[in-house]
Amino acid sequence: MLTNEIIQQQLTEKFGALVYNFEEPYGMLTFVTDRDNNLKVMNFLKESEGLGFNFLNDLTAVHYPDQIGKELAVVYMLQNIQAGLRIRFKVFTDITNPDVFTATGIFETANWLEREAYDFFGVNFVGHPNLIRIMNVEEMDYHPLRKEYPLEDQTRIDKDDDMFGR
Amino acid sequence: MSQKQNIQLPEGSLGKQTTTLNLGPTHPATHGVFQNILEMDGERIIDAVPTIGFIHRAFEKIAEHRPYYQITPLTDRLNYCSSPINNMGWHMTVEKLIHAELPKRVEYLRVIIMELSRIADHLVCNSVIGVDTGAFTGFIYVFELRELIYEIFEEVCGSRLTTNIGRIGGFERNFSELAFQKIDHFLSVFPKAMKEFETLFNRNRIFMERTMGVGGIAAERALNYGFTGPNLRATGIDYDIRTAHPYSGYQDFDFSVPVGTTGDVYDRYLVRNAEIWESISIITQAVKKIKDLDPSVFHADIPDFYLPEKADVYSKMEALIYHFKIVMGETAIPAGEVYHSVEGGNGELGFYLISDGGRSPYRLHFRRPCFIYYQAYPEIIKGSMLSDAVVTMSSLNLIAGEIDA
Repeated sequence: MLTNEIIQQQLTEKFGALVYNFEEPYGMLTFVTDRDNNLKVMNFLKESEGLGFNFLNDLTAVHYPDQIGKELAVVYMLQNIQAGLRIRFKVFTDITNPDVFTATGIFETANWLEREAYDFFGVNFVGHPNLIRIMNVEEMDYHPLRKEYPLEDQTRIDKDDDMFGR
Repeated sequence: MSQKQNIQLPEGSLGKQTTTLNLGPTHPATHGVFQNILEMDGERIIDAVPTIGFIHRAFEKIAEHRPYYQITPLTDRLNYCSSPINNMGWHMTVEKLIHAELPKRVEYLRVIIMELSRIADHLVCNSVIGVDTGAFTGFIYVFELRELIYEIFEEVCGSRLTTNIGRIGGFERNFSELAFQKIDHFLSVFPKAMKEFETLFNRNRIFMERTMGVGGIAAERALNYGFTGPNLRATGIDYDIRTAHPYSGYQDFDFSVPVGTTGDVYDRYLVRNAEIWESISIITQAVKKIKDLDPSVFHADIPDFYLPEKADVYSKMEALIYHFKIVMGETAIPAGEVYHSVEGGNGELGFYLISDGGRSPYRLHFRRPCFIYYQAYPEIIKGSMLSDAVVTMSSLNLIAGEIDA
């Protein structure tokens, strides 16, 4: 029976101090690894005997403007379908140099999810086959889900828009 | 010729042996805003590039500026064929965050509503496969039945398509007697009509020829592409959130998870039909279970999060205070990160919520099933005919609102 303790033990055995900050919010094992290390950890979780996290459930990014030097977090969530167990790991990166290796070589799922994270947060996935915006227009020159961009002021009156009325 | 050419052809397009064809974004056969730039060799597709984002509404950004209870209407507009599932998935995510325990009756009422919307979702998808193979009749038949389901929603929450049904902690009001009558009526007429629908398609020669062996995907590739829901189960993997990570009391019900073998359009169709039968059985069980429970319970006892009855707000001090606190975002919400997923109409609908204790989420990410598996579309239609591409698209149950969020 696969449990969070066994996974944590196997990870620390393999990676030592490169995986850290283990916690279990609401029952899901969560840890942090260095950004150069994300693919090694993911491959280990996927291929290693007895772990079998063969399903990338979700991939997204989070912006923490107050954490200087590691403003952007990329969050991976994997699942072992047979055991019905999910785990989550994060890598933090600098916002001025947001390079993270792409997971597209391991999971096809990552392709669009990484494009989404790039589009909204500007994470540069190194090695991604087609890293272009997915939801927003190509001409957009900022990454809208970063915290410094507010929603449009609902009371603004300088906009003349006959079509949508304001 | 010195005359200026006013049509700029792309480099190399004159000597090219293949044809570029735009399927969509507003093509009637795509059932939504989907664009695919197809590279055709005669009738065969050799490459496809899907473009999405035409109806992107920035729900994740808006959600960061809204209190928790105001995010429910945003989830309506994800998979609008089965809004109640999205609504309840969101309620359950917040309930998980605040450690709320729900009474059994509320959970079962939710199961009834969720299974009804699953039936509605599958009916639309399966009948649209029929439309794309040239059989309009089935589509017309089942819409009469979907209407019955929408009438139940209307009776419970007042609206039909974008339902905004329920609240954090339960339902906004108790189910009326009429609602139960409508559910009973639906359960009595639906099985017969469903059999009729199946008779129309299941062994129909034209339908089988058009769908068997079309748009198939192997189980391993499907997993790698992040398929979930009926599309994954059609490949033979019995991954269903309702059994793998039970929520809302699904562990109390007796049902099976139908699977297919080849993962083609026909198998997806069969899996969905089989799921409809399971849903009917779940609803029947839930209606029976509810009869033994206290009929006055329709929400959890969490006054800090569940909006009090409006009449009480005007007449009772306590209700007024709670109302004020909830609306102004003064209730203490625990900080933490939580992931909760429900089995949506087309796959695993997940909510990844990070709370910093404020009145709105710090970050909310929707794991939209069809956004994730739509990227497999080029691979599964490569080498097939144009007409097969259309059938494949409708069999994947792609909902533009969910893809674009």
